[in-house]
Amino acid sequence: MVFLLQKTLIYAAPLLIVALAGMFSERSGVINLALEGEMVFGAFCGAIIARAFVNNGILVDHVQLLFAIVLVASAICGAVFSLLLSLSAVKLKANQTIGGTAINMLAAAVVNAFALSLFNSEKIQMPASFGGYVIKNPDICSVARVFGDKAYISTYIIVGLFIILSIWIYKTKTGMRLRSCGEHPQAAASVGINVFKMRYLGTTISGALAGLGGYAYIATVANGTSEGTVGGMGFLALAIMIFGNWKPLGIAIGAVLFGLLKCIGPISSSFDFLKNLGMPMYFYNIIPYFVVLVVLAITAKRSGCPKAEGIPYDKGMR
Amino acid sequence: MSGFRKLIGKSGFKSVISSILCIIAGIIVGFVVMIILSLFNDKINIGDAFYGLRIILGGPFSSGTAKYIITNLGDMIFYAAPLVMTGVSVALANKTGLFNIGAPGQFLMGTLGSLLVALNINTIDKPGLSVLVWILAILVGAVCGAIWGCIPGFFRAVFNVNEVIVCIMTNWIAANIVSWVFGEMPHLVNKGAGKSGYLFTTATTGNSTPKLGLNNIFKGSYIDIGIFVAIALAIVIYIILTKTTFGYELRACGANKYGARYAGMNEKKNIILSMAIAGALAGVGGALYYLCPGIEFKFDSAYAKLPDYGFNGIPAALLGSNNPIAVIFVGLFIRYLSIGGDNLSSAGYNKYIADVIIALIIYFAGFSKLFRDIMDRRRKKEASIIKADIADVKKDAEPIIETSEAEATAEAESNVSPDVQPVTGEEVDQ
Repeated sequence: MVFLLQKTLIYAAPLLIVALAGMFSERSGVINLALEGEMVFGAFCGAIIARAFVNNGILVDHVQLLFAIVLVASAICGAVFSLLLSLSAVKLKANQTIGGTAINMLAAAVVNAFALSLFNSEKIQMPASFGGYVIKNPDICSVARVFGDKAYISTYIIVGLFIILSIWIYKTKTGMRLRSCGEHPQAAASVGINVFKMRYLGTTISGALAGLGGYAYIATVANGTSEGTVGGMGFLALAIMIFGNWKPLGIAIGAVLFGLLKCIGPISSSFDFLKNLGMPMYFYNIIPYFVVLVVLAITAKRSGCPKAEGIPYDKGMR
Repeated sequence: MSGFRKLIGKSGFKSVISSILCIIAGIIVGFVVMIILSLFNDKINIGDAFYGLRIILGGPFSSGTAKYIITNLGDMIFYAAPLVMTGVSVALANKTGLFNIGAPGQFLMGTLGSLLVALNINTIDKPGLSVLVWILAILVGAVCGAIWGCIPGFFRAVFNVNEVIVCIMTNWIAANIVSWVFGEMPHLVNKGAGKSGYLFTTATTGNSTPKLGLNNIFKGSYIDIGIFVAIALAIVIYIILTKTTFGYELRACGANKYGARYAGMNEKKNIILSMAIAGALAGVGGALYYLCPGIEFKFDSAYAKLPDYGFNGIPAALLGSNNPIAVIFVGLFIRYLSIGGDNLSSAGYNKYIADVIIALIIYFAGFSKLFRDIMDRRRKKEASIIKADIADVKKDAEPIIETSEAEATAEAESNVSPDVQPVTGEEVDQ
C-alpha cells in the first residue's frame, strides 16, 4: 500500500504542475495544446544541462541542489520555447490549435534531431553519478514513508510552487488581471489592462511550469531517460485541467486520482492482487484515458471554461 | 492586367500562394535549425548545412545512382498513399469545423481490422479469392476506423466536449488495444530469427495489395496500387463535398453551425457522420500501409508511440487548404521531403531534420490567415482605387456608376474574410 501511494505521488507531481501550467495559459485566454511539446523540450534541455554539470564535476557532491538547479533551468528553457506559441497565438493571432499541434511535433523532431546528432542516440540517459537523488528514509513510520521515503525533491518543489501560484493567481492584482483576460479581454482592456502582455505572461508561466514538469517526469517516472516523447502526459494534464474545472483544487484532486490510475499499468506486474486478475498491462494503461472520457461526458455541462479561450484578442471587437 | 487581378482575387489562388509561403518559411527556418545544429556538432560544418539543404530539397533525386532514384521514387509514391488518406481525413473533418487529431488512433484501428482479416484468412493457394479478401480487409479497416472516428464526433455532438481532447484519449486507447489484441494472437506473430514483436506480413497469406506490374517500373520499391485507391477515394470525397447535398450540409455545419441548424440541418448528425467518414479514411490509410507485402507491423511497441502517419495528415490537410485533390499533391510533396531527409546522413545530419521542417511548415500554416489578410489588404487598396476612379467620373454619368460602385464595394467586402465561408446560394452551384 505504501509502495502504491509512493508511486501515485511520483506520477501525480508532474501531472499536477503541468495541469496548473495549462490553467495559467487558458485562464489568460490561450489554449495550450503545446504542453506535451513544452514538456519534451524542457526535459531535453534539463537532461543536457544535468549532463554538462556532472561531466564538468560541478556540484556533484550536492545532488539535491543540483537537481533543483536543473529543474529551474528546464523551466527557463520551457518558458523560452513557449514564446513560439505566444508569438503565433497572441501576436500573430494564428489558430491556437494548429499552433499547439505544430509545436508538439516540432519539439519531438528537434529533440530527436539534436539528441541523435549530439549523443548518437534518440535517448539521453542521465549520468550515473546522478543516481543518488532519491531521498531514502526507510526507517520512519509508514505514513511518513509515503511522503519521505523513496521521494524526490522535485515533488516538494512542485507542491510548494503549486500552492504559491494558486494563491498568486487568485489573490494578487496581476493574477486577477490575468484571469480577466481569459474571460472578457475587451472589458479588461477598457479598464487599462494590456491584454497582450497578460497573455504573454500566462503562456510564458505555462511554458515554464510545463518545462519543469517535463524534467520532473523524466527524472522520476522515466528513470532519467529523455527522449522525444513524454508518453502523452501533457495531454493527460490538459484533461486533468478540464476535469478540475480550470481551478487549482480540482486540479489537485484530479492529479492525485490520475496519478494513481496512471501508475497502475506500469506496476501491475508487481502486485499480486492485480496479477491475479489476469488482465494485461494494456488494460490498466487504458483505464486513465477511459476515465477521462467518462469524466468529460459527465462534467461537460458545468464547464468553468474561460469564456474567451482560443479566441485571438481583437481590439476592434467589443 | 484585369485578368491577373481576377486571378489573385480567387480564393483558391490565394490558398496556393499562402501554402507556398508556408513551405518556403518552413524550409528557411529549418535551414536555420540545421546551421544551429552544425554549431553544436564538431563533425558538421556550416558548408554541410548547405549541402544538407540541397539533399532535402532534392528528395528522392538526391539518392545517388539512377537505380536508387527509381527505388526511392517508388517508395515515395507508396508512402504517400496512407498519408493522402489521413490528410483527406483531417481535411474532411476540418471542412465540418472539427480538428481530427485522432487520425493516428483511427489509422491504428484500421491497421488492426485489416490485418485481422488479411492474416487470418489464408488464400495463398487460391489466387482468385485473394483480391476479394484484400477488398474485405480494406472494408473492415474502414469500418474499424469509422467506429473510432465516431467516438470524438459523438462526444462533440452530444456532450459538446472539445473533440481534440477526446481524439487524443482515443488515440492512446487505440494504441493499447492494438498491442493487446495482437499480443493475444500468437499465431500471427513472426517468430523468425532476429524478429521480436513483429507480425507476419500479408505476403505469407497471399492477401497483399496487388502490384499490377508497378514493381517492374520502380524496381526494388514497396510500390503497389494503394496510391490509386487513395487518389480515387480523395476524388470521391471531393465530389461528395462539392457536388452533393450531404457535402453541402457538412460544409454549412463547419461554416456556421447555428446557421446550419436554423436552415433545418441536423448538425449533430452531420458532426458524427463527418467524423465517422474521416475515421474510415484514416482507417483505410492504415490498411493500405500494412497490406503491402513488404511492411511489417511491430505490435509490441505500438502502445508506446502513435504512428507518424496520423499526425502528418494534419500538415497535408492544412497545406492543401482542406481540398482533397490538393491533399494528394501535398502528400506526395511531404514524402518527397521525408525521402530527402532519409538521405541526409551523407551530410552528417539525421532524418529528423525533415520532421523539423514539416513541423515548421504546420507552424506557419497557422499563419495562413495572416498571409491571406496581407494579400486581401492589397486587394482592398486596389478596390478603393477603383472606387475613387468611379467617384471622379460620377459627375458625368450618375445612374450607371451607382451600380458599378455597389459592385466594387461588394467585391471588396466579399474578400474581407475568405476563411469564413458564408452559406450562400453560390456555394450550392459549385
